[in-house]
Amino acid sequence: MATHAHTEVSLRRRRSYSSYVMPAFAAMLVGLLLFWLVVNFFKGPSYFVTIAFIGLTNGALYALVALGYTLVYGILELINFAHGDVFMLGGLFSATMLLSVFNLHVHASTLSLVAAILGSLLVAMAAGGLLNAGIERVAYRPLRGAPRLAPLITAIGMSFILEDVAIGWKGPNYTAVPNLLPTGHVFSVAGITYTWEKLIVIAITVPVLLVLVWLVKQTRQGKAMRATAQDRDAAAMMGIDVNRTISFTFLIAGALAGTGGLVYALYFGQIRYDTGYQLGLIAFTSAVLGGIGNLPGAVLGALVIGFIQAFNEGLLWHAPGSDWTESIVFSILILILVFRPEGLLGERTPEGA
Amino acid sequence: MLRAVRGAISDSWWSASGALGLSHERWTALPRTARRAVKASIWTVLGLILVVFFGVWQWSALAIAAVVLVLVVPSYGRVTIGRRRVGRFIVPVAALAIAITYPFYAYTSTGVNPGLPQLPVFGTFPLMSTMVNMGIFTMMALGLNFVVGYAGLLDLGYVAFYAMGSYMAGWLASSQFSQVNVRFGGIGVIQGLTGIHISIWLVLLAAGLMTAFVGVVIGLPTLRLRGDYLAIVTLGFGEILPQVARNGDSLLGFNLTNGTGGITPIDPPGFGGWLHHHAGLPANYGALGTTFDRDYFWTVLVLVLLTIFCSARLRDSRLGRAWIAIREDEVAAAAMGIPLMRTKTWAYATGAFFGGVAGAYYASYNGSSNPDEFYFQISVFILVMVILGGMGNIWGVIFGACFLTYLNSEGLNNIGAWLNTHFGPGGTDLELWHKTLDVPEYNFGIYGVILVVVMLFRPEGLIPSRRRAAEFHEGVHDQPLYDAAA
Repeated sequence: MATHAHTEVSLRRRRSYSSYVMPAFAAMLVGLLLFWLVVNFFKGPSYFVTIAFIGLTNGALYALVALGYTLVYGILELINFAHGDVFMLGGLFSATMLLSVFNLHVHASTLSLVAAILGSLLVAMAAGGLLNAGIERVAYRPLRGAPRLAPLITAIGMSFILEDVAIGWKGPNYTAVPNLLPTGHVFSVAGITYTWEKLIVIAITVPVLLVLVWLVKQTRQGKAMRATAQDRDAAAMMGIDVNRTISFTFLIAGALAGTGGLVYALYFGQIRYDTGYQLGLIAFTSAVLGGIGNLPGAVLGALVIGFIQAFNEGLLWHAPGSDWTESIVFSILILILVFRPEGLLGERTPEGA
Repeated sequence: MLRAVRGAISDSWWSASGALGLSHERWTALPRTARRAVKASIWTVLGLILVVFFGVWQWSALAIAAVVLVLVVPSYGRVTIGRRRVGRFIVPVAALAIAITYPFYAYTSTGVNPGLPQLPVFGTFPLMSTMVNMGIFTMMALGLNFVVGYAGLLDLGYVAFYAMGSYMAGWLASSQFSQVNVRFGGIGVIQGLTGIHISIWLVLLAAGLMTAFVGVVIGLPTLRLRGDYLAIVTLGFGEILPQVARNGDSLLGFNLTNGTGGITPIDPPGFGGWLHHHAGLPANYGALGTTFDRDYFWTVLVLVLLTIFCSARLRDSRLGRAWIAIREDEVAAAAMGIPLMRTKTWAYATGAFFGGVAGAYYASYNGSSNPDEFYFQISVFILVMVILGGMGNIWGVIFGACFLTYLNSEGLNNIGAWLNTHFGPGGTDLELWHKTLDVPEYNFGIYGVILVVVMLFRPEGLIPSRRRAAEFHEGVHDQPLYDAAA
């Protein structure tokens, strides 16, 4: 700590400690992880790749939610704790749309399935976006000048409120969505299978991500977002409506969460009030892992976490199993924050895309 | 937007009362006691109007209003005997007397004293078990107050310390480790029972120390992170430790925590035969029959008093002033020569200590330590106590802890029943909803509303510490991302 009022001796010892032991420790952890993966791969290559496809699918879903965290953090430096619950409400909303409004059932024709999914996607995006922007308006905007922890505390409060909205709406039990997506094999080569439902998850996720990148990189509104993320005051002086830009960011983040909710409801088939808390924390870990405030970083982090989770739960040789998934994910979060708070791709100061 | 609404309300209020001759300047010029009296009377009148309006006019409401008025309004702080300012002890001692005698006037061997009147809306007086829980949660909230209120570090994983203390009691005062047979002052242990059985009083201390040690271990690598990152890391630890407890029935083949079943039974507290005969203290709390909660309650009161004493003394010590300096401006505090890491770690360890003691006592009271009790919502529940009452203010935190514990164990139930009979299906006043509303199911949503409303409208809490209020209203300097050159 530069701010320590210790003697020079203790400072020197500290620096040598952290510059030598810590990286060695981190390298050892990564090495062990790689060794474990390689051994598992050679014990059953085709099984390993099948598991990896599960990880890829999970990672794509986490990326949708992680991007919402990273967008909001980039612009406000606020951990939007309620984001996971916006995702969950988006999922419940999509489930209602699919089952009650579009009246889908297991043997629906392909055309009606595509139309219903697209329709639900639009509605879920709109609902998630408006909900998220509304939360910002009510709970975060009045606290712009307050100490940093104040909006974080209201975010936790909003998260609990949204969970109870879900309980009041759907009850405390799982809302089930029947298996709407086709589960046949896209290909099955040498024991490696890839199913249609996984491909559909990717097919929904990737275009949404591309649109997001285009929005942030190419449009005028995206430029305003990046400017606000870098320096809010300077952006305001350049004539950018900061409040509108922040609302817009929350809108996009909420739309991504709504998409994630639809994908989750379709792919996992059941969703309830606390789904958002669990998945939100995993997605937040992904965002931190990639470097919070960094859009490609969030996607990379989400894929890494998705793979780690799938390997942990699926692999046979010395995998801790699903009982320990949370502990592993949080250990990664803690290790990343302690060793490399800027994340895999981030810079020292997170400044948006 | 909300700030604008608030400003508009307060402007129109003061212009209206200014037209009646009481402008804002004249109001603030009044002595503090007079302002307090006016405010207290207004609130009392509003409360009574509510009571009368809903037709539950009762002398118990009047009596409580009278007690509150007598305790809150007069400026007891100015009372002196000789040169000693004994006045500031009047209100705490009165509150303590009310609490100590509670088992006599509110409780019989069968439950709540039937002679006591029903409170309007809130129903019966709290049960003894609720009172014990209030004491335990007050300890935890005061412990969290060291971290959140004094040092200004947001801790979202306080439940980890609670769990740690609880499991310490499970390990040191039960038959969990049947491989060994260690006894030291354990009370109420059947002859021939294996395992470690150490006197609960020593276990409380050991749990506190062990939990403080865990706090230091958690704190050392993480406390240099900035506020919100620290919050997330503590949240992570708060999820990891309970999961270890849940899965710990075969850690490398060793049964550490007995998995989801939890550790049970845990020995009750007690003073043993010798002290029982010579000092009249209860020999074994577990063998006292139906009124035993009484002794648990008085014991936890003693523990709470110790916690209050430590809170107040530490707050005014060199260390406590360093905490507050860090909370207000970290950079300035460091520039004044305060060692940031060491000071923060002390805050963490102190907070953890009391969390551990409370956890161990809770385990001994319940007779079990169960992993289902340790989840994220409990961390936030304790945080809501601190925030609602007033961060950094001991009395505020105590009020928040007691009120919320009461709400959680009985209040919401009673209020829900009252709401349902008055506004529910076939309601006596007005049928607003047609299906019985299960209020306790929404408890955490209600705490969420409390968090949001308090942070938006009164961030310093109901009973604020004056210093904290100033920080919230003037704003504090932004903290750096994290301290460079670790």
